[in-house]
Amino acid sequence: MSRDLNIKVHHLTRVEGHGNIVVNMKDGVLEKAHLSIVEPPRFFEAMLKGRSFHEAAIITSRICGICSLGHQLTSLVTTEDALGLEISEQTRLLRKLLVHGATMQSNILHAYFLAAPDLLGAGSVFPLIATHKDVVLRALRMKRVANDIGDIVSGRAVHPITPVPGGFTRIPEKAELLEIKRKLLEETLPDGLETVKTMQALAGAIPQFERETEYISLKNADEYALYEGAIFSSDSGSIPVKDYLDVTNEFVVDHSTSKHARYNRNSYFVGALARWNNNHAQLGEEALAAAEAMGLKPNCYNPYMNTIAQVVEVVHCVVDSVRIIDTLIANGLKNEKPNQTPTRYGRGFGSNEVPRGILFHDYTYDNKGNIIQANCVIPTGQNLANIDNDMLKLVPEIINKSKEEITLNLEMLVRAYDPCISCSVHMLEVDFIE
Amino acid sequence: MKPKVAFFDFTSCEGCQLNKLNLENDLLDILKHIDLVEFREAMDDKADFYDIAFIEGSISSPSCVERIHDIRRRSKILVALGACAVNGGVNAMKNLHPIDEVRETVYKEDKYLFATLPAMAVSAIVKVDYEVHGCPMTQQDFLKLLIALVLGKEPPKYGSPVCVECKLNENECLYNRGMVCLGPITRGGCDAICPSFGQFCTGCRGLLDDPNLDGMLEVMTSHGISLDEAKKRMLLYNANEVQL
Repeated sequence: MSRDLNIKVHHLTRVEGHGNIVVNMKDGVLEKAHLSIVEPPRFFEAMLKGRSFHEAAIITSRICGICSLGHQLTSLVTTEDALGLEISEQTRLLRKLLVHGATMQSNILHAYFLAAPDLLGAGSVFPLIATHKDVVLRALRMKRVANDIGDIVSGRAVHPITPVPGGFTRIPEKAELLEIKRKLLEETLPDGLETVKTMQALAGAIPQFERETEYISLKNADEYALYEGAIFSSDSGSIPVKDYLDVTNEFVVDHSTSKHARYNRNSYFVGALARWNNNHAQLGEEALAAAEAMGLKPNCYNPYMNTIAQVVEVVHCVVDSVRIIDTLIANGLKNEKPNQTPTRYGRGFGSNEVPRGILFHDYTYDNKGNIIQANCVIPTGQNLANIDNDMLKLVPEIINKSKEEITLNLEMLVRAYDPCISCSVHMLEVDFIE
Repeated sequence: MKPKVAFFDFTSCEGCQLNKLNLENDLLDILKHIDLVEFREAMDDKADFYDIAFIEGSISSPSCVERIHDIRRRSKILVALGACAVNGGVNAMKNLHPIDEVRETVYKEDKYLFATLPAMAVSAIVKVDYEVHGCPMTQQDFLKLLIALVLGKEPPKYGSPVCVECKLNENECLYNRGMVCLGPITRGGCDAICPSFGQFCTGCRGLLDDPNLDGMLEVMTSHGISLDEAKKRMLLYNANEVQL
């Protein structure tokens, strides 16, 4: 069909950070379809220069309010690798509990507040308070319990306080953990199963679109990888975290203040759908049942289904949080002090799955424990080239729809990736000029 | 008439906005008393005029300067929300390095592709009527201010250092526990949340109106860190305010 089409969505709503969608078609030929990132750069790498290992995680958690816990923990893992700081099993378990809380709160926020309004034809969650009050109250209740985990274990859900290099400045009390467990079992698990039913009912409004691509996530032999593991590509298998630069291959494009990434192809996918495709076999029966109910099958190539994969993860995190709390209490909570005596100085690497995908930090320390070089690669930055490629395939497929429908489909596509745009422009490759 | 309220984000992590969405137990009550007309992170709607505009983030690019002028022109009351908006926050640490070095650090040969300015407080560009301190702002601080503005009253101000609330919480001084803390020069109102959880105060709520910076440096260095390290700690959240 011969058609002229110009779409420009300025400051896309219901995403974190500032992005524009630009599509140009002339005489039926698609000249341009991309997500333009216009977030002002913050230059975190320059700020980190000369900063002490006590401050690195405090600073990097400020890259992003939504993923502050993910940045904080990845920063700590990186510092501990660089300085040779061993952590205890209790620290590892408490961190995994925090990751579950942060994943739950972020995935719930995205599914209910950012993505669901599209499926119901609303402009935001606020009109839904009048029309679907029980659903909104359920979302708020689930988010509250997820944030309780952050508040109790890390002092504060946004910009956590207690996780420091080598451990925690405060260990939660048994009674506090038992109260979380009670809420998870009595409130959040039933709410999670209701969420699955809600999404099942809305699934018909999810656009049918497929584009097979390379899926990259962490992989861990022992469990569904969120905290710690090796890099895994659906195309080429396992890669050690220290070789992450071979995977990310970042490059600058002029329509984005955030760099793009590519590995075996010209783009790859990170996030809940990549984790699902690579690691679904390690989920428990509750999460697998939720996936089946919502129509999410292994090796799903529809990016819009990322939101559904996030809901599956919520169920997984609720169930696994209860298991972690039981283990912590069975082991006996110990009032440990953080191990902050470096055994070496040099370069360290860290990688965790944060809600939006795989995150890398890489610091080099001098022999006083101050950073001389840092590099961080953020999930949303890694997804940007893949989003552009999706748009290039999607626009010709839906070109007979109205301009409004096409625009909505494109907005929903970008939102499905749950982009965290301020993150993606905050941390880019760094070479400090000495 | 319910006041028309809007939220805007500039250069920041958007964590202060998120803290607002995390007011799960109070959110529906708040929405009964305000008319939320613009909040890009959560809704599509746009409006022409605002009774109260909350601004999160620093001014750090030419487009930020234009946008904040436009918002100020259409706002009756303008509030700086959180450390980035109040004094530049952690963003202002980039101002400590030469701007070309900062650009090269991130974008190398493409360093002039994107226009950037030093990270500034909102008040460096337009008039700010009220400030909510902290990184992130606390939910209670935000609620107190919002309630006061909705009722047409003057919001509370915090004049005493973090140490006052820390003592009221009966915490052992972190200096006695071998840590270095900015509580004595930092504006309180946070209930000393970090020291209460065993972590040092980073100074995220900004300086007191009349802080004794030399005295603070003396205390820090007498507890075993170098003068350079002490100054760096002090600049973490105050790079635009402290001249050392």
